[in-house]
Amino acid sequence: MIQIIQSYGTMILRALGQTLILCLLSLCVAMVIGLIFALLNVSHNRICNFLGTLYVDAIRGVPLIVLAYFIYFGVPAGMKMMGAVDFRLTALQAGTAALSMNCGAYMAEIIRAGIQSVDRGQMEASRSLGLTYGQSMRLVVLPQAIKTMIPSIINQFIITLKDTSILSVIGFPELTNMGKTISGNTFKSLETWAIIGIVYMIVIVSLSKAAKRLERKLNVGR
Amino acid sequence: MIKENGKVMVHVENLKKNFDKLEVLKDISIDITEGEVVVLLGPSGSGKSTFLRCINRLEEATSGKIVVDGMEITDKHTDINKAREDIGMVFQHFNLFNNKNVIDNIMLAPVELKKMTKDEAREKAMALLQRVGLSDKAEAYPSQLSGGQKQRVAIARALAMNPNVILFDEPTSALDPEMVGEVLDVMKELAGAGMTMIVVTHEIGFAREVADRIVFVDGGYIVEQGTPNEIINHPKEKRTIDFLNKVL
Repeated sequence: MIQIIQSYGTMILRALGQTLILCLLSLCVAMVIGLIFALLNVSHNRICNFLGTLYVDAIRGVPLIVLAYFIYFGVPAGMKMMGAVDFRLTALQAGTAALSMNCGAYMAEIIRAGIQSVDRGQMEASRSLGLTYGQSMRLVVLPQAIKTMIPSIINQFIITLKDTSILSVIGFPELTNMGKTISGNTFKSLETWAIIGIVYMIVIVSLSKAAKRLERKLNVGR
Repeated sequence: MIKENGKVMVHVENLKKNFDKLEVLKDISIDITEGEVVVLLGPSGSGKSTFLRCINRLEEATSGKIVVDGMEITDKHTDINKAREDIGMVFQHFNLFNNKNVIDNIMLAPVELKKMTKDEAREKAMALLQRVGLSDKAEAYPSQLSGGQKQRVAIARALAMNPNVILFDEPTSALDPEMVGEVLDVMKELAGAGMTMIVVTHEIGFAREVADRIVFVDGGYIVEQGTPNEIINHPKEKRTIDFLNKVL
């Protein structure tokens, strides 16, 4: 075990870095996607509602691994058919796209639930003063929704961090992929996967501890 | 006394409102004059609140015409946000913005809608807080206030936009009995200062003392209207008499 850490330690850390980059990029994009589709879902326009529901249902109905294959292999093949021969996606691009689309759908549901948890009277009071729907959302409803959303968002962050491991299938050099390489080179499966597992655990546990603290801090102002 | 000669502030003509198949307002027509205090009385479910909410288009009228200070609320082309700037509303459940403290609740709309600079809005907000007797609560959050205090802040918030008319939707119904008085006092002071007010309430005492006109609504129609003396002491319609017998 110590031997593995000695010879592969820096590579494991680098792979962890890749995992975190992929995760953070995806989360940022997912927040935007989630907000957009949540707003579509709570709007009073039927077409908007339809689009919002369609996206969430479609993405939730497809396993992440299939989505990843589709984007990494399927989309360039499709582009080729349409004449764009040089179109290529790096594993990072495809991985970020797949993960953020996936996470975005769940985020949309979390944000929608958060918005709907805010009493309707808040929006009405804001509108009655002459503020627009957008101003009311931004200044009154969303700031209140975020507080109730935080635990679910943290939970989703953790799920997404773990889901990065699925993207080892498209060859992205993240932590799980590194585990495969190391166990292949050393034939020490037990030690390798124990180490990889512990690295994930350390990161996730410390993240969720930090998140808990943040949550408590935000609740003080209430 | 019904003020007959003043400028018409709120004009409602053949207003109908359905919720799906349920007809809540069947045919309401009324003119409310500038400076008038009109109290709407009626049993629950009679459509009083719905009527009030149609005036600032929180509910869309099914048919009919509403004009407030020259702006046709029922016209799709009217900029409703602009119109609402001049129509204040006070809600049964206060609806103070929970994420903002008292002074920010009051300053939000004037600043955001560029009616005033931040400094002007702050000055105005402090003056209003003094008017409703809550100068010491400027920095408090809604969760730290009693119901009566919340409603007084809500009135100050509505006043911050210098509205031409204020709609009160059962402003004391969610209050503990000992807090009703402080809110009614603020409303009395407003009425005395010449504010046009449309008030849905069950406080007969307030109606008797402050209203220029009482409108009795039942079943989606205006059943009868007149001065407090006419309606409370000498009601003509059977439904009004039945209602008053129950509440008095």
